Amino acid sequence: MSLILTKNDIGKLEEIISDQLLDSGAEHVVLTDLSGNLILERGSLEMEDIFSLAAVSAANFAATAEIARLIGEEDFALLYHKGGRRNVHFSRLAKDYLIITLFNDNVSLGLIRLKLGSAINEMSAVFGERKGAGPWRS
Amino acid sequence: MAFIDLSKNEIQAKIVYYGPGRGGKTTNLLYVHESMSKQVCGKMVTIDTKGDRTLFFDFLPLNIGKVMHMTIRIQLYTVPGQVMYNATRKLVLRGVDGIVFVADSLKVQKNKNIESLQNLVENLSDEGLSVGQVPLVLQYNKRDLMESNIPLLPVAELESDLNEGLNVPFFEASAANGDGVYETLREISKRTVKSVIRKVGGQITC
Repeated sequence: MSLILTKNDIGKLEEIISDQLLDSGAEHVVLTDLSGNLILERGSLEMEDIFSLAAVSAANFAATAEIARLIGEEDFALLYHKGGRRNVHFSRLAKDYLIITLFNDNVSLGLIRLKLGSAINEMSAVFGERKGAGPWRS
Repeated sequence: MAFIDLSKNEIQAKIVYYGPGRGGKTTNLLYVHESMSKQVCGKMVTIDTKGDRTLFFDFLPLNIGKVMHMTIRIQLYTVPGQVMYNATRKLVLRGVDGIVFVADSLKVQKNKNIESLQNLVENLSDEGLSVGQVPLVLQYNKRDLMESNIPLLPVAELESDLNEGLNVPFFEASAANGDGVYETLREISKRTVKSVIRKVGGQITC
């Protein structure tokens, strides 16, 4: 199984991230697949270890899915970690992808969650188009 | 699951180092991390216990150059070798594109090697994959211990135990001093990239 995204797909995803999340105050947004591959990142932070963030986040999400199964859930659709200066929100996108949103205390968690809901709908449409277009999986 | 970004002409693929506990999987990655230039290799992430045994995984991103105008990024992972961490091994195997099986050459580890390879076959099967579908390379590690008069399995016996039905490339290695580490990495990278390109084939031209 492989995922192929064209320049046009990446452009659409970047636009959604900018319009829905960065314009609402998120500092940085990272899109990964659940295997830990980095798909794209946008935002104002200098992220030197972005590949490590993608890998560890995907693993973290997968590990909590195991916790979910232990309590009778299929998985958790979102995770949230609160830090001293910065917070991180993880949302699953469709079946195989993960949106990691970094934000500070100037933005409320509620706003981020609201905007993520719209962003996920729009992004799912982009991934859905690719799924039907051919060069999507092999 | 490999990811191909046509806006950056970049392929990302995942290679997992598998094998019994204390076999030298983490040592392979550590050697690569310490000996490669920082422009090629990113930061190594290790999630281990206090006893230095891998609890979740080690992770090392590498940029190994260009093939067909595509930049190749390889993400190296290890799994925890201990039997009880099978759920974690399954998580790390998700989306794997290539595997290095690091076998321990110590005579006392003979059965552990066989069990670990069997475990790999079972876990791949749970992912809907057969061992023949994923590029695989064997590494017979700790060959340097021969000089210390520690009983080791002869290579012919390791081949018979592990590679008889597979017939995949194998490398003798001593990860602690780097012998065989790059030979193994080069072979699995080559096979993995070929496999990814073969799977997506003509679609890369769009």
